[in-house]
Amino acid sequence: MSKKVHVQTTINGESVDFLCEPRNSLLEVLRDDLDLTGAKEGCNNGNCGACNVIMDGRLVNSCCVLGVEADGCEITTIEGIGSAANLHPLQQKFLEHAALQCGICTPGFIVSAKALLDENPNPSEDEVRYWLAGNLCRCTGYDKIVRAVLDARNGA
Amino acid sequence: MHAFDYATPESVADAVVMLSDHGKNACVLAGGTDLIVQLRENRRRTDLVVDVKKIAELNALSYDDATGLSVGAAVPCYRIYGDAEIAAAYPGLMDAARLVGGTGIQGRASLGGNLCNASPAGDTIPPMIVLSGEAEIAGPNGTRRVAVEDFCTAPGRTVLEDGEFLVSLHFPAPAPNSGAFYRRFIPRNEMDIAVVGVSASVVLSEDRSSFVSARIAVGAVAPTPLFVREAGDALAGQPVSDETIGRAADLARDAARPISDMRGTAEYRKHLTSVLTRRVVEGAVQRAKE
Repeated sequence: MSKKVHVQTTINGESVDFLCEPRNSLLEVLRDDLDLTGAKEGCNNGNCGACNVIMDGRLVNSCCVLGVEADGCEITTIEGIGSAANLHPLQQKFLEHAALQCGICTPGFIVSAKALLDENPNPSEDEVRYWLAGNLCRCTGYDKIVRAVLDARNGA
Repeated sequence: MHAFDYATPESVADAVVMLSDHGKNACVLAGGTDLIVQLRENRRRTDLVVDVKKIAELNALSYDDATGLSVGAAVPCYRIYGDAEIAAAYPGLMDAARLVGGTGIQGRASLGGNLCNASPAGDTIPPMIVLSGEAEIAGPNGTRRVAVEDFCTAPGRTVLEDGEFLVSLHFPAPAPNSGAFYRRFIPRNEMDIAVVGVSASVVLSEDRSSFVSARIAVGAVAPTPLFVREAGDALAGQPVSDETIGRAADLARDAARPISDMRGTAEYRKHLTSVLTRRVVEGAVQRAKE
């Protein structure tokens, strides 16, 4: 086993230090060490987007980032986007449009959609669909998700 | 995932020392979207991961309409297509940079990583070939440049020797009346691996009625992305017509030596190579006229 490395990050606006082995993915660190279990492990190979987080302003698959690579970075996870008492407009629209069924993919979709609206507050349907192409949902058939994101434009 | 050490050299020279000291037991990390998955799935083993993203040259991105485009080997796709001037000057490269994985992958994945991963189906490699890209490599004996078409030697294998790594990619400035295009065939709408991918670049005459020169490269139809020199050469000096473009498409199809696998049979891929070559040459001609 290789030595653990000290990593300093900012997660959801708070300064967070952790120790991890170089082989631990950012997703593993978030879920297993920091108890931030909103990001999900789906495919663990960059296909499904369930683990997506925002790292220094860019959407990334946290399963394809090493925890040690996050040193000095600012990270936003689903936990930093809204709370049960204070839903983000995207979360509210997902509820209103019934844009989720089993819910496993939902944190990834919300994080990805937030990254889109941060960059482009008024995307077209095509832009929403292409941006979310890296998020897989096996329940909804995507239409309700796309409608929820479109409805959250500007309001987000 | 098996255990390994992690290093973040801040200069090319330091990275060369680390890679030379560890030889085959070290590997280079840029965006990590291929490497981390390969390590996790035990398709690769390493004692040391050398993260090159803290080296300035690896993150540099510059364009000048006289000297062309330089892309550090770790510059992620989004930075490349996010630069309006670069996107306008190299639309053929943008075709590919915009469809590597999804948005999350493009936040990390680089052209350099796509090239070093040396997949026969790597989407950005055919456009880098037709744009006459050159790879700058650093190693124990200094730096050297290799044409992108000569970089991949087999699936997952490249010209990089122990201790060497890719620093940057360089493309000449686009010539007047030139255009380039990349297109792949996939059965899905997005997020897939090319069944066949083809790229073309053309330079047209002043009146845009004939080809001055052309370069064509095909992906996913051979052990490496393939530069089909004869297909582009067949267009040089010829009028822009269905007939001349069709002849180039035939030559590209003849050069393809695909395998049959879950994505398609060899025969199907041969046919696709011809169809896509025709379309990308037409697309490149259209862009040259714009």
